[in-house]
Amino acid sequence: MKWRRMTAPKVAAEPLDQARIAWLMAVAACALVPHGSHLPGWLIAVAALLFTWRLAQWKLGWPGASGLVKLLVVVACCAGVSLTFGRLFGREPGVALLTLMLVLKLHELRSTRDGHTVVLLGYFMLLTAFLYSQTPAMAAALGVSMTVITAALIALTGPPAAPRALLRHAAWMMAQALPFMLVLFVLFPRVPGPLWGLPLDAWSGTSGLSDSMAPGSISQLSLSGAIAFRARFEGDAPPARDLYWRGPVLSAFDGRTWRQGSSAQRIGDGLPHPVPGRALGYEVTLEPHNRNWLFALETVATLPADVRVSDDWQLLGRDGVRTRRRDRFESVLGARPGIEEWSGHLDAARQLPRDGNPRARQLAQTLRAASPADTVAAGLRLFRREAFVYTLTPPLLGEDGIDAFLFDTRRGFCEHYAGAFVFLMRAAGLPARVVTGYQGGERNEVDDYVVVRQSDAHAWAEVWLEGEGWRRVDPTAAILPSRIERGLADLPAGEPVPFVARVDLGWLRSLRHQWEAANNAWNQWVLSYDQQKQRELLSRLGMTQPDWRLMTIWLASLCALFALALTMWAMRRSVSADALARAWTAVDRALRPAGLGREAWEGPLDYAARVGRLRPDLAPTLAQACRLYADARYGAAPPAAAARELKACARALRRQRIPPRR
Amino acid sequence: MREAIRRWLATLGGSPALPLTLDRRRIFVLPTGPGLAFGCALLAMLLTAINYTLSLGFALVFMLAGLGQVALLHAFRNLYALKLRETVPEPVFAGQHAGFPLWLDNDASRPRPALQLSMPGADRVTIDLAPKQSRVVLLNVPTTRRGWLSPARVTLDTRYPLGLIRAWSYAKPAQRCLVLPKPESGRPPLPATAAGEAGVRPSGDGSEEFASLRDHRAADSPRHVAWKTSARTPDAPLLTKQFEGSDGGDLWLDLAQLPATLSLEQQLSRLTGWVIDADAAGLHYGLALPGTRIAPASGPAHRARALRALALHGLPT
Repeated sequence: MKWRRMTAPKVAAEPLDQARIAWLMAVAACALVPHGSHLPGWLIAVAALLFTWRLAQWKLGWPGASGLVKLLVVVACCAGVSLTFGRLFGREPGVALLTLMLVLKLHELRSTRDGHTVVLLGYFMLLTAFLYSQTPAMAAALGVSMTVITAALIALTGPPAAPRALLRHAAWMMAQALPFMLVLFVLFPRVPGPLWGLPLDAWSGTSGLSDSMAPGSISQLSLSGAIAFRARFEGDAPPARDLYWRGPVLSAFDGRTWRQGSSAQRIGDGLPHPVPGRALGYEVTLEPHNRNWLFALETVATLPADVRVSDDWQLLGRDGVRTRRRDRFESVLGARPGIEEWSGHLDAARQLPRDGNPRARQLAQTLRAASPADTVAAGLRLFRREAFVYTLTPPLLGEDGIDAFLFDTRRGFCEHYAGAFVFLMRAAGLPARVVTGYQGGERNEVDDYVVVRQSDAHAWAEVWLEGEGWRRVDPTAAILPSRIERGLADLPAGEPVPFVARVDLGWLRSLRHQWEAANNAWNQWVLSYDQQKQRELLSRLGMTQPDWRLMTIWLASLCALFALALTMWAMRRSVSADALARAWTAVDRALRPAGLGREAWEGPLDYAARVGRLRPDLAPTLAQACRLYADARYGAAPPAAAARELKACARALRRQRIPPRR
Repeated sequence: MREAIRRWLATLGGSPALPLTLDRRRIFVLPTGPGLAFGCALLAMLLTAINYTLSLGFALVFMLAGLGQVALLHAFRNLYALKLRETVPEPVFAGQHAGFPLWLDNDASRPRPALQLSMPGADRVTIDLAPKQSRVVLLNVPTTRRGWLSPARVTLDTRYPLGLIRAWSYAKPAQRCLVLPKPESGRPPLPATAAGEAGVRPSGDGSEEFASLRDHRAADSPRHVAWKTSARTPDAPLLTKQFEGSDGGDLWLDLAQLPATLSLEQQLSRLTGWVIDADAAGLHYGLALPGTRIAPASGPAHRARALRALALHGLPT
């Protein structure tokens, strides 16, 4: 033991020392770096400048920023934020202002209190980083950042220590906090957000189909490998050629652009009519795309409670899909909706602009056949017979685009074919409309999800036939059947094939499947962990009827359990020290009846020597016991092990002391 | 009323006597100011996570909440099973700081950093204990009056490791500090002995005249013990020979001899100064206070006895 005498130092309001200031700068760096990808450039420059200045002040003893300079920076940056974003509130301006606050606070580090402010701002900045990215990599990076910030918090409170020791301490504390985090994450009742109105910028940057179709709008999407949604089938997945995921239905045409028509505006709570047939159940996990469209296979037969459907059989959620959402649908593949369609919708589906595309109208007259079904067949034959080329880079079309496409360029993408086909059918007097959505999907062998990407975006046609309803006609399939069979991978040579769609790199593809399955698991179980998933998991864990009350009870019990375990850990050391004392008392108790008790003033070694002289037969055992005790109590020997051996010695001594000296 | 509440608050947590091992019933924990701010920030972060449906935001908030819980237990653990004991404080002169020594024994094999000790009126002391280390802390309380100074309740607290939670415990030291009268500054020189100048060391050659015998006191010089008398009656206590100095070497510091214009405290203050001077000069001196007489002697024990008599003169107990 070390013995040191000290006198009381004066402890005033503690100014922050250099080491602590360094830690706070590390906090700012850790909190700001994840935001580098989305903050406006000028703000990054200002933050970097202020940070470097503070660093120079710390390292080289530069003068600090004066109050006036700080005020000017604040005013200028607020003006800048307001100019950049158009306002001072909301997600983006909020993050920008937090960034500014954090760097400016580095120039105002006077006391521990300022240090705490920096740490809290740092934690908050970590949270806001998740607004922009929630990938596993980001989570890992922010876990490291959190360790650094926590280490800084320890540095603010504790005595000076090596950075490595502080980081280790922070990591150890976080490891202990992990069980609490897991329990809270699983059991904390999830409230569906948002709690209040969100600014419009909250969901910027999501991509997907649009509510109109002009030449080029879908081919643009087709180059994106981004995932639109994932589906998991109950049972075997149908072949890709049967997977038509219905999206917006476009029935109004102005000569160039297809838009949603009146039938899209009429929205009911249930299906327009029941769909008979063998239903196929599946679950769709939709990536956020900021519209309220949902995608299900044609033709949907069962709807979840909060999904509505328009008269043209498009599925709609209540609000825009802003976070990943999961729905279970049932569909009857090949069923035709709308046998008894309202005449208003049929009339709208025959509408064409008064003039334009005269050659196409003329062609339509030649297609008219005895029955509407024959007319449809004649139209498809036309596309098959003529030399149409399927390409992702069609030439630009001017006025009378459909004429130009059908007779001049003959190069186009699905939207051209669907648009032209519907135009021809309408001109031939049949009700027809364009359906957009996704076609196909790729099965991931790793987790059995069918992945549908933006590159699977597709447009096809629907023609209404008396007594049959709306029949799906896919003119693209007539041009390039493999597009429907195998996706974009089979595009003619020289076409810019989306990288993710290439088939030739087999090992790469399997690697991608692994990676995407892991991502999907992360999405399904971490990022989309919501009320529904929570219920699902809890009932799988055997909790029948999990409601918030039961969950709160479980939550409280488990947290209490962990706290108890941690408390026992906190009290563990001294328990073992007490065990040593108990064992030492046991030695004394073993010898006291024989008149060989230890005197109060005797140290263990003196005692061993004295009793050893009186009773040489006991000497070896007692000497060992006393040595054990002395080493554990005053030396570095672990007390727990010593206590065990000491107890054994006490037992041995109790046997050996007979015959007692009377 | 407010005073009554404060007094009641001060009794909360008890005043456990030393020596003491801090167990779980003696350690209290509550969030600090930064801890409350941390809680508010967590609430704001939770609302943000709900509002933007940030699953990882939830994870972050829950991690921080868990960290708060862990911080609580670490703060508790920093005090748990710490041993406290006290030793007798050194007497001080009024106006100096009375230092109450408090020993902290860390039996654990882990360090206990950032422990703070405070006592009303004393400066707050922060110390770090290494594994298996014992350290003594002096809690310095300013003094104004002579007499016994009782220590107030000591608060031992720590915010380690995160500063969000404060764990604390109380202890009540029992050892009082003797506060001696303040030596008068600019005091007159020592009074003259009965027969000669002050400061002249008595010859001590044994030419003084034996006057009487009295009971032996620990401070008496062994030379003055009546060894022969004691040898004749071995069961009787030792006796000391009293001399009346024809050599005039004994200095009597007598309160009654001081000018009556001085107040009692000023008189005691002057006598204290003289005791220090006489001791420094190595004189043989006695002290006469109303009701107390300390026979002439010298040495540190004698000095301490004289000062103690001065400190406690006229005070109860």
